[in-house]
Amino acid sequence: MAAPVRPTEQAGTASRSGREPGRWAGLAARFRPKATFARHAALALLALVVVVLVLELTGPFRNSQFATMSYYAIAVAGLTVLTGLNGQISLGHGALMAVGAYTAGLLLPADIPLLVVLVIAAGITALVGVLVGAAAARLKGPYLAGATLAFAVALPGLAIHFDEALGGEQGLPVPSPRAPDWFADAVYFLSANETSSAKYLAYVGWVVAIVAFLLLANLTASRIGRIWKAVRDDEVAAELAGVRLSRVRVLAFTVSAACAGLAGGVLGVVVRLAAPTGFTIVLSISLLTAVVLGGLGSLLGAVLGSALLVFLPPAVTNLGTSAGLTDVQAAQLAPFVYGAVLILVILLAPGGVVGTVRARWRARTTAPAGAPEERTGRS
Amino acid sequence: MLQFVNTLLTGLGQGAVYAAFALALVLIWRSTRVVNFAQGAMAAFTTYLALLVVESTGSWWVGLLVALASGLVLGAGVERVVVRRVGPHNELGAVIVTLGLFVALQALASILFGAQFRSFPAPAGLEGFSRGGVTIALTPSMLITVGAVAVVLLGLVALFRFTDVGLRMRASAFDGEVARLLGVPVGRMLTLGWALAALVGSLAGVLIAGGSLVWPAYMDTVIVNGFVAAVLGGLDSPGGAVVGGLAMGVILALVTGYVGSDLVPLAALAVLVAVLLVRPQGLFARTAARRV
Repeated sequence: MAAPVRPTEQAGTASRSGREPGRWAGLAARFRPKATFARHAALALLALVVVVLVLELTGPFRNSQFATMSYYAIAVAGLTVLTGLNGQISLGHGALMAVGAYTAGLLLPADIPLLVVLVIAAGITALVGVLVGAAAARLKGPYLAGATLAFAVALPGLAIHFDEALGGEQGLPVPSPRAPDWFADAVYFLSANETSSAKYLAYVGWVVAIVAFLLLANLTASRIGRIWKAVRDDEVAAELAGVRLSRVRVLAFTVSAACAGLAGGVLGVVVRLAAPTGFTIVLSISLLTAVVLGGLGSLLGAVLGSALLVFLPPAVTNLGTSAGLTDVQAAQLAPFVYGAVLILVILLAPGGVVGTVRARWRARTTAPAGAPEERTGRS
Repeated sequence: MLQFVNTLLTGLGQGAVYAAFALALVLIWRSTRVVNFAQGAMAAFTTYLALLVVESTGSWWVGLLVALASGLVLGAGVERVVVRRVGPHNELGAVIVTLGLFVALQALASILFGAQFRSFPAPAGLEGFSRGGVTIALTPSMLITVGAVAVVLLGLVALFRFTDVGLRMRASAFDGEVARLLGVPVGRMLTLGWALAALVGSLAGVLIAGGSLVWPAYMDTVIVNGFVAAVLGGLDSPGGAVVGGLAMGVILALVTGYVGSDLVPLAALAVLVAVLLVRPQGLFARTAARRV
């Protein structure tokens, strides 16, 4: 099935690299595994090593920040695949995370293992995603944004209405699972560090994140990913080529929702609480900020964007309090910056960080044949 | 029976505000093909300005005037400085930019005016009229609300139907390129359109705040209800927006009265999904041919 599309893609890269690539590009090409899956798996292993190094070299406070970053990364990755590759915008991902967090809060007290709970959270949120996606599949742009906005505003009402099961305004406490003994032994063996609860949760979060990223990367490189891009770029052409638009859209929304549910489950155990106030519309928009800043459709950009969501708020809040704002006022600086970032990135660098850097890189490595003056200028 | 009538009356009062808000969305959608998700935050901002004025002068009407004037300026500024730079065929970019404005303005409002609940005075009495021991839920404030919306509505109709500026604005919205060839300053007309829409949005903000509480996010549900009302009416049709707004007011009042106020946003979502699945072009819009 994939055969008709593959050769043109390879031809494209071959002709591009045929135009005297830079020395580093050549070196990278020699050591890069040929198969997509092998390449992604190698990157995932590398990411795991980085995660272990970072978590062992930093203290408990940073560990808990990285735990937070892990669930943002998962949710942002799901959203960037939906928005960047399939062209659908969603303001409902904050609410979908709530579904995952409440699922974790309901299931964990029943002594179900954490990983099983996370998988169930992803599954249930994916089911909600099918419903939302089916309604959303006929919508585009602003209609979709409005519909998902209505979803995001409506869902917390359910938690308040069914307050006996879901804890109402106070929220549902989520028991935080203890680190198993083998995990503490492994950490001690590796770095002679004691295991804190934050460290265990950060490891859980990042292992889940890496698996999710690996699956998403493979999905986007596959036939399904190419169909998503085809629908995004020209839906009429895609439909003429035999793509069933609504099915494709629902699938993209479902995958994205599953990521949000997974992220919500991790959020539940990290924050130890699932409360309606934790899943406001500002959460959805901050996820969108991370997507837009990192670069629409880029998984690497998702990591960069989620780092912004974790490390920017304390920084600007400190700036605000030292500039004489009260704590309440300073806490609002972060959403203010999110909004400003959204506007500025769209107006000035619509590709986001990854898109802009990649465009620069490409402009440099593919030597401009018709621009001799630039070549002399560089040498 | 009385409860039912009262619920209907409350719903129509709320519905007038949703109608105004939906109208603001429709005005912008018609001229620039942007759904302004920042409308609620903009209206909240101007309502805070009005509250400052009302607190210092003691006059509700001066506050309303300040809200309308600042709405006019804010709308024009937003179009000139931000929205125009997005470009005409960037649907996703336009949505994202208005969302950015939404959070930024909302955060700015809580930094400048405080995040706590503040009460906004009502234009007139909040006691329902009573006759023969029966009190109905029709208050003097509600009459002012409905009256203000009706005046603005008629003013807009007069502007678009009978004035030269209105004709130019309609031409710019209908086909910018042709209008430009005919000598219409399209850019200025679009700015004016945004300014007028923001004025109508500000009116809705002040009216819904009257006699109740204001906090930076108090317009969030109004955005959703106004959007649903606009889609119900067809997003392209000002008359549809008004009918949609009144219908939403009544439906949500019935849900509040007979089911529970927590589920009001869910009811709005249900209406939206139902409309989009059954009649996506809305109740009033003419079907448009699909452009390829």
